[in-house]
Parts: sequence; C-alpha cells; structure tokens
Amino acid sequence: MSEETKQARSKGLHLEELLLFEIDSDACGVDMDEPEDFTPRLGGLQRKDAIGLPGLSEPQVMRHYSRLARQNYSIDDGIYPLGSCTMKHNPRLNEKMARLPGFADIHPLQPVSSVPGALRLMEALSEKLRLLTGMPAIAMTPRAGAHGELCGMMAIRSALESRGGEAAGRKRILAPESAHGTNPATAAMLGFEVDPIRATSRGEIDFEELRSKLDSSVAAIMITNPNTCGLFETQMIEIADAIHDVGGYLYCDGANFNAILGRVRPGDLGVDAMHINLHKTFSTPHGGGGPGAGPVALSERLASFAPLPCVLSTQDGLRLIETQADAHEHGASPFGRLGAFHGQMGMFTRALTYILSHGGDGLRQVSGDAVLNANYVRASLQDVLEVAFDRICMHEALFSDGTLQADGVSTLDFAKAMIDRGVHPMTMYFPLVVHGAMLIEPTESESKASLDSFISLMRELAQSSAEDKKAFAKAPLHAPRKRLDETKAARKPVLSWRG
Amino acid sequence: MRYLPLCERERAEMCARIGVASVEELFHDIPASVRLDAKTQLLPDHLGEIEVEAVMRELAAGNRAAGDGPFFVGAGAYRHHVPASVDHLVQRSEFMTSYTPYQAEIAQGNLQAMFEFQSFVSLLTGMEVANSSMYDGSTACSEAVAMAHRITGRKKAVLAGGLHPHYREVVETMSRFAGDEVENLEIGSKDVGIDRIDGETSCIVVQTPDFFGNLHDLTALGEAAHKHGALLIAVTTEVVSLGLLRSPGSMGADITAAEGQSLGNSLNFGGPYVGLFATREKHLRKMPGRLVGETTDEDGRRGFVLTLSAREQHIRRQNATSNICTNSNLCAMAFAIHLALLGEKGLQRLARINHARAVRLADMLDSIAGVKLVNENFFNEFTIEIEGRNGSDVIESLAGENILGGVPAARFYPENESMRSLVVVAATELCRDEDMQRYHDSLRNLLKGEKS
Repeated sequence: MSEETKQARSKGLHLEELLLFEIDSDACGVDMDEPEDFTPRLGGLQRKDAIGLPGLSEPQVMRHYSRLARQNYSIDDGIYPLGSCTMKHNPRLNEKMARLPGFADIHPLQPVSSVPGALRLMEALSEKLRLLTGMPAIAMTPRAGAHGELCGMMAIRSALESRGGEAAGRKRILAPESAHGTNPATAAMLGFEVDPIRATSRGEIDFEELRSKLDSSVAAIMITNPNTCGLFETQMIEIADAIHDVGGYLYCDGANFNAILGRVRPGDLGVDAMHINLHKTFSTPHGGGGPGAGPVALSERLASFAPLPCVLSTQDGLRLIETQADAHEHGASPFGRLGAFHGQMGMFTRALTYILSHGGDGLRQVSGDAVLNANYVRASLQDVLEVAFDRICMHEALFSDGTLQADGVSTLDFAKAMIDRGVHPMTMYFPLVVHGAMLIEPTESESKASLDSFISLMRELAQSSAEDKKAFAKAPLHAPRKRLDETKAARKPVLSWRG
Repeated sequence: MRYLPLCERERAEMCARIGVASVEELFHDIPASVRLDAKTQLLPDHLGEIEVEAVMRELAAGNRAAGDGPFFVGAGAYRHHVPASVDHLVQRSEFMTSYTPYQAEIAQGNLQAMFEFQSFVSLLTGMEVANSSMYDGSTACSEAVAMAHRITGRKKAVLAGGLHPHYREVVETMSRFAGDEVENLEIGSKDVGIDRIDGETSCIVVQTPDFFGNLHDLTALGEAAHKHGALLIAVTTEVVSLGLLRSPGSMGADITAAEGQSLGNSLNFGGPYVGLFATREKHLRKMPGRLVGETTDEDGRRGFVLTLSAREQHIRRQNATSNICTNSNLCAMAFAIHLALLGEKGLQRLARINHARAVRLADMLDSIAGVKLVNENFFNEFTIEIEGRNGSDVIESLAGENILGGVPAARFYPENESMRSLVVVAATELCRDEDMQRYHDSLRNLLKGEKS
C-alpha cells in the first residue's frame, strides 16, 4: 500500500495503516553508542549481507501499532462471547504484579538460593489449584492447554508402562465426537489411537456406547467437563468408575473449569488428570492468541510421574527439583521435561493475583454468574434461534443453525452480520456434533445491561434474517475490512513482506 | 466483588426469566453427592487490591532481581534492555485482551502485526517462511524434530553436544513417547557431528551460538545432511546474535527453531517466552503452528487472514501437524515491536555492543590465575573453566557477594565430571564496566582464598 492510498482510505477514526516495511525511513528508534574499537571473536562467521529490516523512529513505531490496535476488537471494547474461550475481564492489577522486578526481572537459572520468593509463589498457586480441584499434585510447567494435554497423557502412558504387562501396550483412547481438536491431536502425537464416542440426544456422552467399547485395550478416556456443548456430563462418576474398572485413566480437558469453580472438585468426580487453562479460567490475558499456561492437576495414581522441574515441600523448605536423580531421591519418577526452565511464571503471578482477588467466595460467584449469564442468553434467544439441547446449560449456550437455515442464512453470514452490529461473534461451527453450531459464552464479566443489549441485537438479527439474507451475505460492511478472500490466501500463500 | 457486575436483584430477575428459583438450581446436573454448597470454603475470602498487592510484593521481595547488582546469567534466557514503548504497546487493550484472530475483519491489527512478525523472523533467520510463534525455543526445537520426521519418513534425530540441555531433554521426552530415536553426541564437544549422519538420520540438530557459547559454521554440515537425505535443524537461543552472525538459512538450514525472548520480553523466571519457527517454502504444509497470510477483501483492499489451517488441530484433529493451539502471540508482538524500534541499524549495533561486552569480560576473567576461557569464538556468552574448583560452589560464593556470575554447567549435568568446573557466562548491553570489574575482582579474590 502507498501513503496516498492510506490517506485516501482513512476516514474519521477509520484509520488505514501501512506495513512497517512501507514506513521505512532509515531512522532508528533506539539510541545506543557504538562500542569502542575491539577485535571480534566471531571466527569469521560475521554476517556479510544486510538483514533487510526497516528503520523507524519511536514515534513512527508508536503510531504504527496504535493505528493497528484500532483495527482490533477486544474484551475491553465489548462482549466477546466466544464459546470455549472464556473471554473474561483481565484485571490490570494482574499486569502490575507480573511486572514487579522481583518476578519479571529474575532469571530461571540464577542460583535457586536467590529466588525463594519465586518458589513460594509457585507453591502458593499450586496449593490453590489443589484445593480447587481436590487433586493432590499439580504439574506446573505446561505452556498452554494443549501442552497440558500432552503432560497428562504422558503421565498416563508412564503409569501404564510402570505397571508393565498388558497395560504397557494399551493404545486406545476413547473421546467424544464433540471433543476439542487438541484432544485427538495430542493423543496422535503420543501414538495413541482415538476411538470416538457418540453423544446422546441430551448432548452428553453415550454411556452405553462407551461401556460397550471399554476393555483392557483402553488406555484412557478423554472428556471435557462441562463438555463442549456447554453441558455437565451427569454420568461422570460412573464413567470414571467404568474406566478405572478396566485399568484405564480418566483425562479431563479443563478448558471449561470456569463453570464449576467452587461447585465441584474434579478429584471428587474421579478425574486422574486435568489441565487448567490459566488464560481462560484465571484471566491471564489471551493476548490475541497467547501466551497461556496449562498446569495439570494429577491424581494420586499419576502424581509421581509429573515432569521436571517441580517444587517440592521438604523438611528444609521448598526445593526446586531439576534432575531425575534429585527427583528419584524424593520418591518421584518424572516422565521427562516439557519445556526449558520452570514454566510460565509470568502467568503464575497473574493467576495467583486473580485468585487472591476473588477468594473462595468470589470464585464461586464467578461460576454462578458465568452459568447464570449463559442460561439467561439461552432463555432469551430460544424462541428465535434453535437451541441445540433444550435444558439448563452451564457456562455456554449452544444453538444450531436450524431456524437460520430455513431462511437461507448460514452461521458464518449471521456471525458477520453481528460484526456490523458492533459485537464480536460467538464461536462458529464448533462443536462439530451440532449443525452450524453457534456457541455463546458470555462469562461472568458481562453486566445485565450488556447482556440485554446483546440479546436484543441477536433477536433483531435472527428475526430479520429472512428478509436481510442478502445483506448478511455481504456483511460486514462497517468493519476495517469487508470479507477477506481466504481461498486466495491459501492458494498462493504470501506469508511475509516481499518488497 | 469488584470484578463481578451483577447485583442480587438482577440475579433474581434473570433466574425468573430462566425459570429457576435460584442460581444454585442451575448446578443441579452436578451429582448431589459431590456438589459443594455455599458453606464449603475451599479458599479464604476475597481481598482488596491493597491486600493482594501486599501479598504479591512480599513474595517478589524474596527474590534477587537481575537489576539488583552485577548480573551475568544467560544459558538460554538473556537480560536485555526493553524500550518503554514496547511494554506500553503490548498492554494496549486491543492487543492484550483479544483472542486468536478467528474473525479476521475485526482482528486486522493483530493479523498485520503477526504478518510483520513472520516477515521479521524470515529475514533474521534467512528462511523463506515463518509461523506466528510457538511456546518457546525448546518446544519449537522439539516440533522441528517432529516435522523433520514427517518430511523424511525417518525416525532418528542426532543432537549435537552443544544443544541446550533443556532443549535436549524436551526432544528426548517427546521422542520417547512418539516412538522416535535420539542419538546424542558428546556433551560439550565442538564437533558438530558430520560423520554421524547416515541414511537413517532424519535430522541433525545444532545450536549456534551453542550452549557453551561456541559459534558453528553449519555449511558443511548442511551439505552432508542433504547428501544423506537428512535435514539440518539450526537452533538459536540468543536471537540478538543474528544481528551480527550469518543466518542459519545462509548456511543451509532446513528448519530454524529459536528462542525470541531476548527481544521485547523480560526474563520472567523462564516464561512466557516466544518460540520462533522458520523453514523452506517447500516444507510449508508440514509446518506446525498458526500462519498469517496476505489477501484482499471484497473491495480489493489488502488484508490478512489465518491461512493453511488444514494443517491445524481444530480442522485436522488427529492428522494435524501439531496439537498446538494457544501460542505466544503477545510475546511475539513484543518481539516485533522491539525489533521495529531497533531496525536494521539498531539490531546490528545492539549485537556489536553485546559482543564487545562479552569480549571484554572474557578477557578480564581469562586473565585471572586459575580461570581459563574455553571458547575460541563466541557472541555474548562464553564458558570459563575454573581449574580445580566446583563451578556451582564458585557461583554460590559469588552470589553471597551479590554477584550473579553465570550458570554452572553441572546444574544440568551433575554426573558429568568434565562439566564440574565449567561456568557459562553471559554479558549484554546491560552489563556495566563496574559490574565486570566487581566480578573480576571477586572471582580473583575467591580463587586466591582472600575475602574481597
């Protein structure tokens, strides 16, 4: 894009922006003095060519990113009801605490004796998570939910191997068709084979089918609870008993933990491993796609296999265990290591801040309000959109495209029409078990006024879909961009600046 | 509770519309035998901002921050100066509190920033395509190995002796569970293992600058790998080095996995960091992770979208190239903003300053009797051998004088006798002359048995 085009297309507060490479002005946004003369020790490996980076001054960089920011919707702008994503308010106290030099400016490999506060913080968060889950151990290092799944499934594999015999060779994983894509992807990375389980007409796992598939070849069941239809799996305890009876383990995808905080402890449901998305439930911000953190709660059966490193409470106080030998001395058999260093400390500080701010009472209110808000949306839209399952839901309300289809409007078109009304759309086409799925998770952060406004615009859109279907297909008209050509992007991929 | 907008009256009205008597009733799907009532207190009650701050500050005060005194710790995470504007911009609501850009029309800010990030990573590494981040360098490295196995149809990865020990452990862990093979070359050896590649080898993984600070020309290794149908994976834990050193791409690397923390991101005790992942265009469809591509909208205006998602878990499920979903987007944003501020001249100058600082410190320490510089070449990090001493004890003693003097190699290889007296030392633009002098004097006195 040229400066002239940018200027011609900018209107009011609708600000176009160039690429950094197009702003390049041979400036530099950082002042530093050249080092005094010295003899390099680079062994002849000096770069001889230019890198090709642009040069901008600080004001140019500030303006660039500020203009880009204007083209991005965020939770601070309004409701962000992406189901399964838990887009809740991100308290700024969390950010302030994470930036204290005692947390942000400590190195993972400085002497352990110089970071007792860091170990205390990790243990403090671990303790809160143990109490909330009712499970005895937390593996703290996974970087995100999917990484937590790897952790939990590796612990399960390790437990099976340690039992030896037939257990060591178990390969089958049972998982509902409605599972997050990460579940089967994780299982496949570890050489497991996934056998899908159907859902009942009530939106829960078909327990009869599950039971019929259970035998001693099954390593584990992977279940999301509350599930991806936003419903609590009412037979969770029976499922846990059934898998334990055949010597397998119960993995719970904890993406939806927000709905049951302080209402039930996963440990009491018989869960063996569950990852907790700190960036969902405990509001470390999503940051446009990360970073997250996915600590995994482990049952007694799996606790000793937790990966390195870990913080252990010993007679001499807290200890950071970094090697297999050290772990063995403390009676643990870690299955290995999932990442460099000690985990997402920056997320731990934010999550602990959030938990302390809410307390037990506040977290129970979080789940209460999250579930109340979802049911309020469900009850307020069920006469204009087709609810997927006509029952009380948990933290998210699931609709199918049943009524829209009749009007010739797709879920995608409906979502894009929402953009023109100034709100972020819900999750579309997930879970896969519901046709044209629309999964709405308002979270506890929405006020009643915000929900009422959202409901009223959703009703208007649903009721006008028949006559407005052509307009819907053209939407959005008022966003920074109209519909973008995804086919073109994929056919001849341009993934970087080619000046 | 300050974060929760509903009041009791509204809750009652909402319950009435739903048709339940109370919020508690909404939880009746949870079996009564395990359902917790309001009287069960799992955690203490909520605290105000003042109280929470006090708790957190007390924990933070227990740690010796890098800025509290002389600091020379690296080994995969580096303390650089991050311009104030970086942290301001990443805290913009629109970046910090948005989700993965699934609705492209209202996520152009994030998408364009990630397109620029990908461009930066491609340029720095000398590779053709880069994704929009992995969790960190170690998981990027492990994903690179898995990708090499997919491309070559082979299962054996050879890991050079200078690969960061944590990266090695991550690759070993993933490989063991995936049923793949790992061959480790001698730890600390400067030999990058050309003669260890054979027809079974899927990839050889080499870090440069390596864990001990040594630099490697990968050209011959790349040629040897390609002759055997294997791939060369280049790892870098200090991206600032790429301002001064030849890029992995120019030396024949097929995949580059790097840690990007050095730019834009604080030390954070190890995370969150940002993994850089780049490869050749021909391997594009075997890549893990999210990709942002350029396209146009219906009016022909340039725009950006997530693309080639058919590789990813939400589409391909068990056939996906990786299970990664959440990545390190905001850290990648910080990386890109810092690099935008530095630009061509700034990055090169920053790299020169780092190298100059390290050269100066290396010479100072090497001049101490009983201390030997192990490296022939290095960037901003090198290894010293403290003859006849246990490196861990020396580092502890220095810490007692408020000098964080580096990382003892024995912390990673406690059973390896040859690592016992080695210490890995880093110097960046933040190391001042007086810090170096204090380090030198204290170490000299320590080895002479004197008190400084």
